[in-house]
Amino acid sequence: MEIHFELNGAAQTVEAPEQTPLLWIIRDYLGLKGTKFGCGTAMCGACTVHVGDDPVRSCSFAVKFAEGKKITTIEGLAQGDALHPVQQAWIEEVVPQCGYCQPGFMMSAAALLKHIPQPTDEDINNNVANICRCGTYFRIRKAIHRAAALAGQTAPHKI
Amino acid sequence: MKKNTLYIASLLTGFFGLTAALSPTSPVPKTADPAVSRAAYGKIMTVLRSPRCMNCHPSDDFPRQGDDRHVHLFNVQRGKDDHGLPAMRCNTCHQTENNAYSGVPGAPKWGLAPRSMAWQGLSDGGIGRVMLDRSRNGGKNLAELVRHLTQDSLVLWGWNPGANRALPPLDQPTFAKYVREWADNGAVLPKD
Repeated sequence: MEIHFELNGAAQTVEAPEQTPLLWIIRDYLGLKGTKFGCGTAMCGACTVHVGDDPVRSCSFAVKFAEGKKITTIEGLAQGDALHPVQQAWIEEVVPQCGYCQPGFMMSAAALLKHIPQPTDEDINNNVANICRCGTYFRIRKAIHRAAALAGQTAPHKI
Repeated sequence: MKKNTLYIASLLTGFFGLTAALSPTSPVPKTADPAVSRAAYGKIMTVLRSPRCMNCHPSDDFPRQGDDRHVHLFNVQRGKDDHGLPAMRCNTCHQTENNAYSGVPGAPKWGLAPRSMAWQGLSDGGIGRVMLDRSRNGGKNLAELVRHLTQDSLVLWGWNPGANRALPPLDQPTFAKYVREWADNGAVLPKD
C-alpha cells in the first residue's frame, strides 16, 4: 500500500503493508532513529510521536492511519536551529539518565504544553504516562514546569 | 388506540409485578408477552454484564480493562468528552480497529460511555432503566436503542475484541435476537 504523509514538515510517500506500525516506518524506512521501541504494546511511551497535535504511541499505530496526516518526531521538535522549550528545559534540568525513554517523554511533554500551557503537577501526572526505568520522574516534572516558563517567555532558544 | 395500548401494557406489567419503561414512539403491540420480554432481558444482561460491555460503562471516571475488569493502567481518565484528558486521549493508544502487533484494542468512537450511562454498581433493572431513559441515553427511543445495541460499531467490537479477550457469553446474532424480543414484547424490566 502506498501511504502519503508529512513527516517533520517534509512530504513522504512510503510503500509498505498497511498494518506496519508507524514506528518501524519512521525508524527503518525513513531512517529517523530518535523514536524508540520500548514495550511494543503502547504502554511505555518510548515510541511517542505527534499525529497532528496529539501524542500517539507509534508502535500501536498502523501506518495506514497516517495517510494525509502531519507526523512530528523528536527530530522535528526544534524549529530550524531553535530548540523547542521542552528540549531547552531538558538540557537545563539535566533530565536524562540512560536517556532511552526521553524522546518519548519529550514528545508527551510537548503535547501536554500544546493543550495545557501552564500545567500543574496533577496535569503532568494525569497526561504524561510514559515510563522511565531510571526513575527520572522528578526531573521530568521539574523540566516540564521549566519548559512552560520558557514557552511563556519570548523567542525560542538558539542551539 | 395509543391510550388503549398503554393501558394494556400497564395492566400487564402490574399483573406480572414488573416494570415496563415504554418509549412513546414504540407502543407495545397487543400481542406482547411480558414474560417473553422478561426472559429475553435476562439473556441480554449476561452480555451487558460481561467485561466487554461493563469496562466502558464505569460509574466513576476511570475505564476498566481486561477480563478481570481492573482499573485501566496509567491513570487513564474519562476527560470532559469521555475520550480522555487533553494530552492523554483514548486515541493516544486506541485507533479505530484492533492492532494485531501491539494487542491494543480499537474500534470507531473508542471511549467511555457518558457518565449518564454508568452501569457499574446498578441492578439489572437499574441498568435497563438507565438504557431506556431518554434523558440519559442520548435521546434514543426504543427503536434507536435496539439499533444501538445490535448495530453500533463500538458495541459490535465486543464480539471482535482481539488478543484472546473473552467473548460475551452469547454470540452476536443470538444477542440481537434477544434484544429485539425484549423490545417487541414491551421492554419489560425487573424491579431490581
